[in-house]
Amino acid sequence: MAIHRGRGFAAINYPIGMNLGGDPSQALVHSNPDGKFTVALSAIDLGQGMKSVCRQIAAETLGVPVEDVYVDTADSDTGPHDMGSFASRGTHRMGNAVIRASAEAREVMLEAAAEELEVDPGDLVTDGKGNIHVKGAPSRTITVMAAAQAAQFRQGRTIAGRGIFLIPLSEVDADTGEMSPVTTFAHAAMLVTVEVCDETGEVTVTDMQSAYEVGRALNPRLVEQQLRGGAWMGMSHAAWETTEPYYPERDHGPVDFNSYIMPGPGDLAPHHISILERPAEDGPYGGKGPGEMCANPVLPAVVNAVYDAVGVRIDDLPVTPEKVLRGLRALGGAKPRQRL
Amino acid sequence: MTFKPVSFTLNGSPKAAFTTDGQNLLEFLRRGVGDLSPKYGCGQGTCGACTVTIDGVPQLACLVLAETVDGRHVATAAGLADGPRLDPLQEAFMERFAAQCGYCTAGMLVAARALLDANPRPTRDEVIEAISGNLCRCTGYEPIIDAILDVAEGRVQA
Ligand code: FES
Ligand code: FES
Repeated sequence: MAIHRGRGFAAINYPIGMNLGGDPSQALVHSNPDGKFTVALSAIDLGQGMKSVCRQIAAETLGVPVEDVYVDTADSDTGPHDMGSFASRGTHRMGNAVIRASAEAREVMLEAAAEELEVDPGDLVTDGKGNIHVKGAPSRTITVMAAAQAAQFRQGRTIAGRGIFLIPLSEVDADTGEMSPVTTFAHAAMLVTVEVCDETGEVTVTDMQSAYEVGRALNPRLVEQQLRGGAWMGMSHAAWETTEPYYPERDHGPVDFNSYIMPGPGDLAPHHISILERPAEDGPYGGKGPGEMCANPVLPAVVNAVYDAVGVRIDDLPVTPEKVLRGLRALGGAKPRQRL
Repeated sequence: MTFKPVSFTLNGSPKAAFTTDGQNLLEFLRRGVGDLSPKYGCGQGTCGACTVTIDGVPQLACLVLAETVDGRHVATAAGLADGPRLDPLQEAFMERFAAQCGYCTAGMLVAARALLDANPRPTRDEVIEAISGNLCRCTGYEPIIDAILDVAEGRVQA
C-alpha cells in the first residue's frame, strides 16, 4: 500500500444573482421618533450575515451610526417583496435596494433638519455620529433624533424611503441564443493538496490555498468566515456527502446523520484564504457576494488533485473510496502524474 | 397518559414540571419548562444540537427520559450568561465569528463549557474530541475550535 500525494487547481467565474424576470429586491426604510431607523426586507439571513451587511449599507447611506439602524427581515407577508436569499444575490441586490431606500429617507431627514435650522437642505451634512450640521458651520447643528421628532410631531413629515433594485430582463437573440443574464461576476481560484491511499481508496484533503475576488469586502470578517465555512462545505461535497451514492438507483442512500457522512472537526484541512477586492461598478459600495461561490472551486480542484495523485479521473461526485478503487483497478494500479 | 412530577435544578434554580410517559428531556425542557435553548436537530442522538449537561456531564437531551432528571442538576446554554455578562465562551464565539445560522451554537457552547469545566487547559485534539458529536453545517468548525482554545489559553477574559 502507498499514500500518493497530488495537487489540483481550479478557477471559477461565478455570476451574482439570476436575472429571471429582473431578479428584483425591495427595501423600505423609515425613522422612528428616537432618531433610529428601521430597514424592512423580506429576504432572510441564513447566517451569511445579510442583516449585518444591510445594516452597514443603510447606516453609511443615511449618514447615521450603525447602531442606530435595525434591520427587520421578520415577515414576507408584511415586508416589501423580494426574490429571496439565493444565487449569491443578497449583498448585491438587497444592498442596492437598501442604498436607494436609505438615500430617499436621508433626503427627507435633511429637509426636516433644514426646516428646524432655517437653512437650505443642500447645505447640510451628516457626521455619522447622529448629528446634522451646516456645511462649514458645525455649531449650527441638530441631532438626528431632534430632526426625527420635529418631523413627526411638528412638521407632519414622514422620514422614509423606498428602494428597489431591478436589472431589466435580458432579451434573447433568437438566432444565436445570446443574452446577458448577469451583470456581475465574482471569481475564485483554489489549489488543494490531497493524499490518496491506493489500498483503501480514501482521499484526504490536507491543504487548501485559495483566492476569492468578491468586489469590495463590505464586512471583511464576515466574508472570511463565509468563505471558510463554504469551502469546508465544498470539501465535504467533493469527498464525502451524497444522498444518492448509486444514482440513479436509490440504493444505499443515507437516511440519517449516521449514514450521511460529513467531515467533522477532526477532518479539517488548513485553509489559507486571500481576499481580493475589485469593487463592482453596479455593486453596493462595490460589493458582490461570496455566497455559493465559496464552495464551487473546491470540487474541481479535489477531482484534479486525485487525478494528479493516482491518475484516476473521476467525473461523478463525491469522490468516494469505492470510485477511487474502481478507477485504480481499471488503470492497473496508481499512475501518479508526477512525484512531489 | 400518566403525568409524573419532576423536580430538578435548571441552571441553578429549582424547577418542577410534569412529564408524560416516555417524554424525552429535550421536549420536556422546550415545551414543559420553556427553555428553548437546546435545539431539535435530529431527535436520534446524531447531531448534538440538543446537548445539555446533567450533573456536569454532557448528554444528548433527545435520548434522555425526562423523568430520569428528577433530583438532578441540568444545565443548558440559557444558563451560561449571567444577565448581560456573557460566558467567556460566548464572547469568544462572537469574536471568532463562530456562529453563522446559530443552530448548532447552543449545543456547541454546552459541550465546550463541560469540557473546560472538566479540563481547563485542553489541547486542540481534546477540543476536537469534545465537539465531535456536534454537527455544524455552516462554519467549517475551525472558528469554533479556535474560540474554545482562546478561552482555554486565556486570550478571552470573563
Ligand atoms: S436532536 Fe439530539 S442529537 Fe440531534
Ligand atoms: S452555525 Fe449553522 S450549524 Fe453551526
